[in-house]
Amino acid sequence: MTGELGQLALCFALGLSLVMAAAGLAGSRADKTNNGAATARAIANGSAMGLLVFVALAFGCLVTAFVTSDFSVADVANNSHTLKPLIYKITGVWGNHEGSMLLWVLVLSLYAGAVAAMQRGGERLTSAALGIQGLLAAAFLAFILFTSNPFLRLDPAPFEGAGLNPLLQDPGLAVHPPMLYAGYVGLSASFSYAAAALLVGEAGWARAARPFMLIAWIALTCGIALGSWWAYYELGWGGFWFWDPVENASLMPWLIATALLHSALATEKSGAFSTWTLLLAIAGFSMSLIGTFLVRSGVLSSVHAFASDPTRGFFIMVLIAGAIGGALALFAWRAPTLQGGAAFDTVSRETTLLLNNVFLVAACACVFVGTLYPLALDALTGTKISVGPPYYALTFAPIFFALLLLVPLGPRLSWRRADWRTALRPLYPALGLAGLAAIVVLALASPRTLAGTAAFAVAGWLIGASLVEARQRRGAQAAAFAAVLAHAGLGVTLMGVAGTTLWRSEALDVMGPGDIMHVGPYTLRFDGVTAVDGPNYQAQRAHVALIDGGRAVAMMEPEKRVYPAEGQDVSDTAIRTTILRDLYLALGDDRGGGRFVLRAYVSPLAPLIWLGALVMALGGALSLWGRLMVRAPAPAAQALPAE
Amino acid sequence: MKRARFLLLFWLLAAPAAPMLVSDVVHAAPVADTFPDPAMEARARNLQRQLRCLVCQGESIDESGAFLAADLRHLVRQQLAAGRSDRQIKDFLVARYGDFILMEPPLKPYTWLLWLAPFLVLGIAGGVAALTIRRARSRAMAGVEQMTDL
Repeated sequence: MTGELGQLALCFALGLSLVMAAAGLAGSRADKTNNGAATARAIANGSAMGLLVFVALAFGCLVTAFVTSDFSVADVANNSHTLKPLIYKITGVWGNHEGSMLLWVLVLSLYAGAVAAMQRGGERLTSAALGIQGLLAAAFLAFILFTSNPFLRLDPAPFEGAGLNPLLQDPGLAVHPPMLYAGYVGLSASFSYAAAALLVGEAGWARAARPFMLIAWIALTCGIALGSWWAYYELGWGGFWFWDPVENASLMPWLIATALLHSALATEKSGAFSTWTLLLAIAGFSMSLIGTFLVRSGVLSSVHAFASDPTRGFFIMVLIAGAIGGALALFAWRAPTLQGGAAFDTVSRETTLLLNNVFLVAACACVFVGTLYPLALDALTGTKISVGPPYYALTFAPIFFALLLLVPLGPRLSWRRADWRTALRPLYPALGLAGLAAIVVLALASPRTLAGTAAFAVAGWLIGASLVEARQRRGAQAAAFAAVLAHAGLGVTLMGVAGTTLWRSEALDVMGPGDIMHVGPYTLRFDGVTAVDGPNYQAQRAHVALIDGGRAVAMMEPEKRVYPAEGQDVSDTAIRTTILRDLYLALGDDRGGGRFVLRAYVSPLAPLIWLGALVMALGGALSLWGRLMVRAPAPAAQALPAE
Repeated sequence: MKRARFLLLFWLLAAPAAPMLVSDVVHAAPVADTFPDPAMEARARNLQRQLRCLVCQGESIDESGAFLAADLRHLVRQQLAAGRSDRQIKDFLVARYGDFILMEPPLKPYTWLLWLAPFLVLGIAGGVAALTIRRARSRAMAGVEQMTDL
């Protein structure tokens, strides 16, 4: 029953999204007597809520099918198993293509509901935004119903499901996809507002869309950090970022969303860069769509895999072409009519925001080309190349590094015209901290590297500047500290990245009971392996003693788990952290006679990578708080400095 | 997730290359997991990081758990033990598997655009920004003049 109910709910949702699109666009017209614009707006608002209800109902049906292990639903049979713990039955809903697309549409509907409920930026703008959001929802619902239906039945139903990829059976990955989708799809709201602004000619869209941009950015920041953390502790190689196309697909929208947040500040303040900000809003969601295409079409595993079953990929491609092409055509048609042309001096906040955008767009271009070039080359010429970390180290790293150097300047300079001497003089202590950080690193770190020294100097510069800024803003509203926190978070993450990348030590050995291993400052004793049964796996659990002064001070227990239902094995790492340093153990192959391969890593400062991201997200949350709670016309963040 | 799915897929694609590989491994003398000499070990690790695991998605053979990666690590270490230079080993692997095995794409006519694109975009965006600033500045100047006229 639940399957049919879900199917029916999806069909209703598709119908409602079409109504919402038509009514929203009709309601965006100026009110004249008897043209029904007001009625259309009411219908659009109502259908947004209805859409949310029906998509939530469909999603609930799928969750029910997974929780009750209803294997007559093909999606459940292919991706679940009765022995799976309840939490992974639930998270298994989005651990597969069909379910994750339904989650995507659920998030889209949530944003549509929020747009309708909040009515930011006036009735006509909201109505047009709902119209665009309705078009997007209709396209994705059609995609689900026609190519990726999660409610298809199996007859006869199998007795047992095929199980979920064990790598996905992890709490980190339970939260990661919904978080990332909240970010990806959150950019649809600013996309819809931008397209609506082009349709209606409304200048206040940047302020109206700001909370949605912030929510999307915060969610993307957290989602990317969670994904990276998961890769760190789950994949068992101590790495935190692999420049994998799937990771890149989430980084590109983040880079554009970051540029958008900054550019939209100037647009809100003085109408500067108004067309550019519109273009960024379109580009941000376009990156989300392209990311979805990359991940969902199968094009990544191989160009040939895509060609052999092109239905889904082709559908998404048409959908993307429609959304991006349509938005760009609208942009080309309407943007010239918009008022543009702000006036500001060379030394001003506007200039720094422009530079921020230049570097972020170039950084995004880097990831874009690095991800898509090999695919295009393979498709066009059959030549296969790999674009790995060395490419990004030579292109992305210098561009992003240049951006980081400039970050502290922006908040110091006033709008329109600034005197750089008076504005930058308070930053001398930050320069001092940068020098101090460089000296400390040169004194302590081995080996000494130019990259490491530079990274710590820049981290000192970023954090020092944020401290200066925080001191100057004492007593201001919470939102005034948003940029302060976000920029400091960048510095914290930078230290973690540099520490882990440049000074990681590792050891790898075949260990028998009683064997000793040295890694970094630690001494480890291998105390053998015992067999442990989990709910749906069998594990070999190693017992490794951390030795200090001849005594075992702690036990670490990395595991190697075999999931019989899925026929896979997964390593479960053991990590001991002091925040300043991670000791990381992964158990490898059984070499017979109680001897196992043991890998150990010491990653200095590794936790700072994710701690920094958390600080950045907190910065975003402060700004959001300021926007939603304090209904002041201009947030305090912009009132400073010296105006 | 990555490994298992692509392992299967890629073994199929890499099948023509596989027999050569297997025969090499079978006939060669076994090499230990690690070299006792730290300098040699560092060389091996460095080389492993620059080579892509052919059956994984974006992982180097240094960090991949796939069987093929283990075989390739073994191969690299054999060649190092036989006294070959890093260059020779990479050339050997490229001759066998193509540029695909190199994590860093080589600079060749068909990769010029790949290497240049980020900096082209940086240049263009920088140019547009410079133009925007110039215009905004002249507008600001005009604004100031108007003010003083009043």
